[in-house]
Amino acid sequence: MKQLRARWTAFRSRSHTFAEHHRSATIVITMLIAAILLIFLPRIPPLNAIQGANPWYDAFANAGVFVLLAMGLNVVVGLAGLLDLGYAAFFAIGAYTYAYSNSPFSGLDLPFFPMLLVGAAVAAVFGIALGAPTLRLRGDYLAIMTLGFGEIVPIVFVNSDPYTRGTNGIGGIYRPEALPFFGEFSPLTSFNYMVVMIFIVTVAMMLLYRLHDSRIGRAWMAIREDELAAAANGINTVLTKLLAFALGATTSGLAGVFNASKLTIVSPDQFSFSVSFTVLAMVIVGGMGNIWGVAAGAFIVYLIQVVLLKQLNTIAETINLPALDLGPIHFDLAKINFTDYQYLLFGIALVLMMLKRPEGLFPSQARRAELHAAEDLGANDPALVGALGEAPGSDELTGGSEGGS
Amino acid sequence: MTDVLNATKITKRFGGLVAVHDVDFTIPEGSIVSLIGPNGAGKTTFFNIIAGIYDPTAGSIDFHGENMIARARRAWLEPFLWLTPPAILLLITLAISTSGNQVLTGLGIVFTILTLLGSMVTGVSRPLAYQRAIRRFGIFRSARPNDMVVAGLGRTFQNIRLFANMTAMDNVLVGMHSRLKTTWIDALLSTPRDRREEKTSRVRANELLTLVGLKGRGDVVAKNLPYGDQRRLEIARALASDPKLLLLDEPTAGMNPNETANLTRLIGRLRSELGLTVLLIEHDMRVVMGISDRVTVLDHGERIAEGTPDEVRRDPKVIEAYLGTPPA
Amino acid sequence: MTTVAVAGRRSNPASRFLRIAFFAVVAIVIYQLVLFIALQQTWLVGTSALPADQAFPVAVQQTINALSIGAIYALIALGYTMVYGIIELINFAHGDVFMVGAFLSMFVTLGIFGQTVGVSVTDIPFLILLLASALIIVMPLTGLLNVTIERIFYRPFRGGSRLAPLITAVGVSFILQNLALVFVGSGDRGAPQVFPLEWQIKFGEAKISVLSIFIFALAVSLMVALNLFVNKTRLGRAMRATAQDQQAASLMGVDLNQTIALTFLLGGALAGAAGVVWGLRFGYVRQDLGFNAGLKSFTSAVLGGIGNINGAALGGFFIGFTENLASALGFSRWSEFLVFLILTFVLIFRPTGILGQQLGDRA
Repeated sequence: MKQLRARWTAFRSRSHTFAEHHRSATIVITMLIAAILLIFLPRIPPLNAIQGANPWYDAFANAGVFVLLAMGLNVVVGLAGLLDLGYAAFFAIGAYTYAYSNSPFSGLDLPFFPMLLVGAAVAAVFGIALGAPTLRLRGDYLAIMTLGFGEIVPIVFVNSDPYTRGTNGIGGIYRPEALPFFGEFSPLTSFNYMVVMIFIVTVAMMLLYRLHDSRIGRAWMAIREDELAAAANGINTVLTKLLAFALGATTSGLAGVFNASKLTIVSPDQFSFSVSFTVLAMVIVGGMGNIWGVAAGAFIVYLIQVVLLKQLNTIAETINLPALDLGPIHFDLAKINFTDYQYLLFGIALVLMMLKRPEGLFPSQARRAELHAAEDLGANDPALVGALGEAPGSDELTGGSEGGS
Repeated sequence: MTDVLNATKITKRFGGLVAVHDVDFTIPEGSIVSLIGPNGAGKTTFFNIIAGIYDPTAGSIDFHGENMIARARRAWLEPFLWLTPPAILLLITLAISTSGNQVLTGLGIVFTILTLLGSMVTGVSRPLAYQRAIRRFGIFRSARPNDMVVAGLGRTFQNIRLFANMTAMDNVLVGMHSRLKTTWIDALLSTPRDRREEKTSRVRANELLTLVGLKGRGDVVAKNLPYGDQRRLEIARALASDPKLLLLDEPTAGMNPNETANLTRLIGRLRSELGLTVLLIEHDMRVVMGISDRVTVLDHGERIAEGTPDEVRRDPKVIEAYLGTPPA
Repeated sequence: MTTVAVAGRRSNPASRFLRIAFFAVVAIVIYQLVLFIALQQTWLVGTSALPADQAFPVAVQQTINALSIGAIYALIALGYTMVYGIIELINFAHGDVFMVGAFLSMFVTLGIFGQTVGVSVTDIPFLILLLASALIIVMPLTGLLNVTIERIFYRPFRGGSRLAPLITAVGVSFILQNLALVFVGSGDRGAPQVFPLEWQIKFGEAKISVLSIFIFALAVSLMVALNLFVNKTRLGRAMRATAQDQQAASLMGVDLNQTIALTFLLGGALAGAAGVVWGLRFGYVRQDLGFNAGLKSFTSAVLGGIGNINGAALGGFFIGFTENLASALGFSRWSEFLVFLILTFVLIFRPTGILGQQLGDRA
């Protein structure tokens, strides 16, 4: 037993070293393992008891969309420390871009894979156009601007019905062309979508990790920690933040293209604020700044949302508890639709995580070490003592010997 | 000896408060210059003006002979300047569209949008080259902190501002940011240039950590370092940008005499070994008098004395500012 | 070293009041003229263009409407701006506190008084009793709700990073919205319009609704009261001091916790008042009301100069007028878009807002 544990520890440390030095290879290997698991798990108990293999693949492919969204938002919120509340808007822009390029509505039928990049690029254009004027201001303004943008984009799609078919949305979007080896994208199975999604997530993760480990990633983290100090160390904060924001928008647009092709319909109600909020909650739950954690968090949260809550409904119906009747309060477990509560649960989860476990459910090793070391030091934590103070005059002057007089 | 920095008639007001008033200041190359004065004298404000954090209300600062910081002039003209290229393209596109060639019109629209985005990004991120270019049109806007770093200025903060949750190594690597050439595209593709630069920059960062006495502590998260080490790490981070002029804001504050002595030696070595020019704000007179070539004294935002340490020490105005009455 | 100031500059209160009133009247007259002219333009409003003699009464009525809707936005915006002024946090939950206020007011009129329709014009004392009790019950409750939110969700982050409380605020807003969804369901809930809508004053051809005047008067008197409180009382002085410099204020003996709680209390109470009049004015309440109204009110606060109380009021009326102009001309579905455009332009060209002081935009 002891020997086994020692071996396990050795294996762990060796694999960590490997992962440090061969990030991309590690990601590819891990995603391959994940892909194999995703393909075979739905066929074995207990998962096959819940639903058939194809609904599982469908759920996995949809979860992949949210994994992609969460990884993109993680760059903005987790790495660069900017709050983007209109993330669904870029998702919508990507989706509508694809809808225009591949539907009877426009009469175009452009290839899917290049369109992934085009949709991402269009979203990036909007991201830059929105971010450039806002990011030179303090961070709060970005939150409110993006919140407004996220609200406006669906409204514009609803209101300009000659071009977007208003609330009905654009339907009948063509599916992607057949893949080599995997064949057609049939409406009956989502297997191909899942495969494509795994591929996209793998590539995205590889690229994001490369940025994370580079000069740019360090600059993002520096801005998140202390924007003024980052500027005083030669980082062009506006440009660096803009890059993070645009990258987030790009990822969101890419996810939008994929989602449009999978649903074969886009309509404004798919892109409400609750989508942005869900993705934000996924990032927080997974652990801001931790790419793996966020991806895993998004995957799990999505499965809870679409599989577990539905299961709870059927369980609640089958156990048949007597209804609780206390005058005005009527509580009947069998009648409760748990999916109605999902956003409330997300809200509570997000707030609880922020208050009690800001490092997320899956903190990276380094981050956990930091937080534990911080506990020993207690009040000496300069992150808590020194306020961020982005505005000149708020901190620099009041900070020390020059204060007040 | 040429001057690294030349400040003329710098004034800074915050609302009704005059923090710095009409200060002239020069830093000759290769010297160690100290800025002293009682609490609230405006030292840190002056520092922040040099570092590009505040715009001065009046006056200007030349850095290596180039005017970098002054009150903004004709800033309202700037948006028109960067809106010009997309506007021209828009007109061309409109002209094309009358011909009815849809492909060309589409291309025109795409190029107009891309140019507009490019203009916007340049306009808000204001790289140094852009700032120099707009000066030809009589538009002047002060360099920002990051531009000053690119121009060759490094600084530390009075109340330490490390990136608390990053390792010491990463802190120094961030300091190196402006000297690294790899772009985000290099990083995405993991080009050989990117990998090479990452390797050499880590070697250099280790050298810097060794120089300030933090050898082997690179993996420690900054906030877990002891106080004195945090001060030293901040100096290493400032040095990482290969500055010509190093601004140190009370580097020995809160240190014990032993640490202070070590740090004083380090500052001396920075000049002798790296050829740096140093501007120092300091309260510890032993440090100031020991290593400074020139000392400038500020009181209530005004320069009341300037000279060698000995001259300043004997200046009655300085003694009055510090003690209120002449010494017994 | 001022970054934000809660109060405007000091001058003789009477002359200041006269000056503000003068500008307000000028602005209202200009708006009426603009609307009057716009309503006649076929290129702008198409077939619904009105001849001059019909356009005038419409312009007058719409102006009064604009004043009442602007008053609601202004009341909400005050809470945003005060909280931002004092702890530099966008209290995203504020709009939802307003929504809670609107529901509470509905419960008071329906639950306590059982009033489902308008009070008869002849029964004014009952109307006063009804409105007064709604305000007296709702305002403290929403105020306390806001204080509770601050105590539980924002205080733990004080002095730390700015991102964490901001994210938490979004979460709290979402929780409130979805709690309301659980308790009252989605969609419009009819709120009793107890204020008699048929009570109107004839002004030439135009019929001016007394309700709109009441809303405007209520909002203005609350704003005046707030201004007096902030400028004349000890607690108000503590608030201003804290807004200027938290550290210095606490060194001078200001109880930070108490002052911040007070700010949230006042802001929440004003949002509650806005909630009460919302139901009277629009006759419906819904659980996602706070989101939209919050966004518009925050825009008002930014427009006026965030941190500035008078600015928030000004911005609220400005947004109210803008929205009213859009709907009077038949573009009401673009009104959100218009408000967003305003926000964008303010942030590009004057991020400090109309009355705001210099906020650093660097680093």
